[in-house]
Amino acid sequence: MAEPQSKPDPDPEPKTEATVTGQDLFGYVGIESVLDQMKRKAVKTGFEFNIMVVGQSGLGKSTLVNTLFKSKVSRKSCNPSFEEGISKTVNLQSISHVIEEKGVKMKLTVIDTPGFGDQINNLNCWEPIMKYINEQYEKYLKEEININRKRKIPDTRVHCCVYFVPPTGHCLRPLDLEFMKRLGKVVSVVPVIAKSDTLTLDERQRFKERIRQDLWTNGIKVYPQKEYDEDAEDRILNDKIREKIPFAVVGTDKEHQVNGKNVLGRKTNWGVIEVENVAHCEFANLRDLLIRSHLQDLKDVTHNIHYETYRVRRLNESNLNGIGLSASPLASMNGTAVRKESESNL
Amino acid sequence: MSVAVGSKPSQSEDLRNLTLSGHVGFDSLPDQLVNKSTTQGFCFNILCVGETGIGKSTLMDTLFNTKFEGDPASHNEPGVRLKAQSYELQESNVRLKLTTVDTVGFGDQINKEDSYKPIVEYIDAQFEAYLQEELKIKRSLFNYHDSRIHACLYFIAPTGHSLKSLDLVTMKKLDSKVNIIPIIAKADTIAKNELHKFKSKIMSELVSNGVQIYQFPTDEETVAEINATMSVHLPFAVVGSTEEVKIGNKMAKARQYPWGVVQVENENHCDFVKLREMLIRVNMEDLREQTHSRHYELYRRCKLEEMGFKDTDPDCKPFSLQETYEAKRNEFLGELQKKEEEMRQMFVMRVKEKETELKEAEKELHEKFDRLKKTHQDEKKKLEDKKKEIEDEVGAFSKKKAAVQLLQAQQASSQSTKKDKDKKKFLPFLKHPKTWRPLLTL
Repeated sequence: MAEPQSKPDPDPEPKTEATVTGQDLFGYVGIESVLDQMKRKAVKTGFEFNIMVVGQSGLGKSTLVNTLFKSKVSRKSCNPSFEEGISKTVNLQSISHVIEEKGVKMKLTVIDTPGFGDQINNLNCWEPIMKYINEQYEKYLKEEININRKRKIPDTRVHCCVYFVPPTGHCLRPLDLEFMKRLGKVVSVVPVIAKSDTLTLDERQRFKERIRQDLWTNGIKVYPQKEYDEDAEDRILNDKIREKIPFAVVGTDKEHQVNGKNVLGRKTNWGVIEVENVAHCEFANLRDLLIRSHLQDLKDVTHNIHYETYRVRRLNESNLNGIGLSASPLASMNGTAVRKESESNL
Repeated sequence: MSVAVGSKPSQSEDLRNLTLSGHVGFDSLPDQLVNKSTTQGFCFNILCVGETGIGKSTLMDTLFNTKFEGDPASHNEPGVRLKAQSYELQESNVRLKLTTVDTVGFGDQINKEDSYKPIVEYIDAQFEAYLQEELKIKRSLFNYHDSRIHACLYFIAPTGHSLKSLDLVTMKKLDSKVNIIPIIAKADTIAKNELHKFKSKIMSELVSNGVQIYQFPTDEETVAEINATMSVHLPFAVVGSTEEVKIGNKMAKARQYPWGVVQVENENHCDFVKLREMLIRVNMEDLREQTHSRHYELYRRCKLEEMGFKDTDPDCKPFSLQETYEAKRNEFLGELQKKEEEMRQMFVMRVKEKETELKEAEKELHEKFDRLKKTHQDEKKKLEDKKKEIEDEVGAFSKKKAAVQLLQAQQASSQSTKKDKDKKKFLPFLKHPKTWRPLLTL
């Protein structure tokens, strides 16, 4: 490249006149078709969702997940020969399936935690779970800071953690409080009252109030968190939800005849508990929250808030220690920036 | 209690496809996703590259059916500079933050060798800004205003022969950084048959020079067909106009000539409709996606490699990376130490200098003080001498005075004795009574 004789204007900075005016369009342009384009693209790439269920054994976690996704997604159903015994340790097992509905493909991963809270001494039983969650964040972070990274980073981060509270009818146990406090900081926790067909409506109401009270006293934030409401609409919607949590659910995968219709329900000697009947239990509310209205929001909260918190923490750590993150351009860059500043002030 | 973690998930490699026994409801997922984006709004940035007066602003106005503000540029620019303007457009419930970047002064200079440089720098600057944001520790990517260029409309002058060398050079420099869509501007100056020849000439020149223009995606069934048919017409021959002319019984955008009316939205007259379809209605999202996943990733990769960071394959041991990192770190620390030493030396030197300076100044001051003291003493002595003189004089004077007074007193006393003598003579005569009697018996 020869040196220019007449040097062009050395100031390449564009004069960004930020005159953002709301222009009225004189005719149809077609901008709104971008929505369709986005939808098509989203449908083509498919969705991923990772849900974790935590609770003592026998609370109906696997059944509930099966009921939620109307198919046999849980661990139990996948390994029919699996002997259900009390395991000595907290094992995390994740099973993935691809389910499709009306052209929308979703890769659903259910992470089960058998052994949680089952031992005599349950100290630190949340640690394997925390470790797993952080490992997923770490994996994502490593991929993100790679130089040659994949177009679509595989997302194995836990988007939602459903915590099963046993229907004692009194209040939250220390184990529940401890777990939710710790996990509420790294993942979106949705508490549910399991096997709630043992509670009458009054007992259920009192129990719920008691639980909400306990959560508030201990400063435990469960999904949907108040701070992350973006606008008034969201707040109204989420307030309605917050009044109802924790949802009292009943799970089943058997169908029975009620009034001539086939409904999902549990049949007992004194009646049939219809799972999808809002008068009976709040399964439908949970399903709507998790799937129909807030699934994308759960993913967004995980990505924008929990993951970013983890990332900040991790990068600060690796700055101080100088270990850990391989090829950490960020660490060096941020470290050098800080050091350079301090040097120039000498 | 051993808290071992069986955290290697038993993830089946071949994921099973399950059938649902009822309606779950996640088919609303695309809607959820889109709703979120709708509230946030979309960003779209177009760069228009072309000579002054070729119709860039008019085309933007025509495309988006609105009148953007701005005055036409002069032809006297000393160099190419980029002017960016942002607008917020709203159609039904979709908000679009549109940024049009114009190249002012492109092709006007006598020496156009560096014309492409400001453009490339601008595009890189936008990538850099995004990269910086991404690499920050505390970042906010989800409400970051994306200023990366999503589409570059390259305006080809309607000469009718072939591409200019400036066009080729510029497009070659830009093709790896941005999605280029070449268009033939002011296409109403070319006749139909010439147009076809011109188009094929341009395309063959682009191919033979290895310029990669934006390929409309043909992998999705819904758009593959339309994209394939449209690609045949590249580069689009467009005519822009914001004036409306009455045609038949309705108003349409057109250019009125004495010999006829060129209708902008008539597919037989020009390819404007095709451009609008392709750019906005069909591929806007794909353009944004390509910018992010291809051009930006390429830039990021190059930039990071430039800074010296290497990557290994994903299944390679992380130790080599650790080494590179450690080596870099040590190198950097060494540099820092050196710099610190330098600074320290400089500091010590400066201090010494200042010290000597101050010492000299002190010495000077002492000298001055001594001198002054001496002068002061001399003066004092002089004054004392003078004082003594004066005292002597005063003494002499007082003596004289005393002598004079004495003399005066003597004189005075001698006079008074004379008077007394006179009085003595006279007084006895007065005092004798006989002398008196004759006076008294009268």
